[in-house]
Amino acid sequence: MIVRIAHNSTDITLKNTKFNSLDGEQLKINSWLKLVATKQDKQAFSELFKWFAPRIRAHGLQRFKQEALAMDLVQETMLLVWRKAVLFNADKGKASTWIYTIMRNYCFDMLRKKQTQKEDTISDDLWPVIEQQTPDDNNDHLQNRLLLSHLGSLPLQQKQVVEAIYLQEMTQQELATHLDLPLGTVKSRLRLAISKLKSKLEADLD
Amino acid sequence: MIKYHPTQELLISHSAGQLPLSLSIAVSAHLEMCSECATATKKITAQHAALFEAQDVSNNINFFSMLDEILEHKQDLLVEPKKTPINCVSVAGNNYQLPRAFTHFTDPKWSSFGAVSRARVVKDSDNIRASLLHIDKNGVIPSHTHKGYELTLLLEGTFSDENDVYNKGDFIWLDNELEHTPFTEAGCLCYAVQNAPLRFVSGISLALNPLGKLIY
Repeated sequence: MIVRIAHNSTDITLKNTKFNSLDGEQLKINSWLKLVATKQDKQAFSELFKWFAPRIRAHGLQRFKQEALAMDLVQETMLLVWRKAVLFNADKGKASTWIYTIMRNYCFDMLRKKQTQKEDTISDDLWPVIEQQTPDDNNDHLQNRLLLSHLGSLPLQQKQVVEAIYLQEMTQQELATHLDLPLGTVKSRLRLAISKLKSKLEADLD
Repeated sequence: MIKYHPTQELLISHSAGQLPLSLSIAVSAHLEMCSECATATKKITAQHAALFEAQDVSNNINFFSMLDEILEHKQDLLVEPKKTPINCVSVAGNNYQLPRAFTHFTDPKWSSFGAVSRARVVKDSDNIRASLLHIDKNGVIPSHTHKGYELTLLLEGTFSDENDVYNKGDFIWLDNELEHTPFTEAGCLCYAVQNAPLRFVSGISLALNPLGKLIY
């Protein structure tokens, strides 16, 4: 019963906002995925499964010509949809497009694995689907890029410290142990590096 | 200002996940730099998704216990902050930040011949080879044609040839017959995909063979 109420209210909010152009089917799919994301709603997920599993299987059969691989594609795609539902952003597009892109990505990695025996999941670099995109992270992104482009200009020892602490997220103590250096040396290298990066960044932004 | 873009056909194949890895990387990197093509690709993907949904399927397929097994997994309820990939490469004393599509390939092995440095990125089937190419200041690649195609995606800097001046983000697709002599005054970093070696057309082609092999 609770499910039903939540379902209806999601429908209403969707209708009142940006989804006027979607037909009934798409509205239902969007609201199911939202319920999965916000309420871990298993009933809504089984509706999604009922609708998408046969379609993913058909797509897989087309690409792989093998029932087992097609079923593998269904299993892995729908598992990702279940696990990552919270990342679905209704403002950025339809639920069915999101699910299609997850399948497309997994399919690309499967084909690559078949052809090269390589296990890497490269598709996320080519089509970033399963990642959070907040509207205001563009500036940060740009600044990160600027910062990173200056990283290479640091002396090797300082670069190493910055990378370990900020990019690999080691603690200063861990790094000191790792490099077999006194903690004070790590601290002073880091201080030097940060002040250099800061002045470079300021020069860029002037 | 980007003047050269992938064709509609390439965008369609890329969006369907049907290009070889070498070309997928090129299109993906171009889309990161070109909002015009990124918008077009978004529309194409929505169309692919609509076709995918419109497939005629039977509802009587037995998926056995798949649904229950999936529901036994825990959902990821926390959204992890987005990580900016750190795709730095340094070549010939320069540091570059590569597009996201290169995240798996940021530790390339460079070999050099004069002003030209090359690092292999991918070898695909059908003799398709993809490399990062760095050409130093005032570097020139002697006049050549291609037996197959040559795609050049300009990642940093500028270069010019007999046809035009190219800028960051330009996606330049050349087919076999065209002869050109790329030159860069300021230096540049490119991503090149080819399916056959370069063929030098000048008289001293023999002497240039090592360069042709290096670049392909």
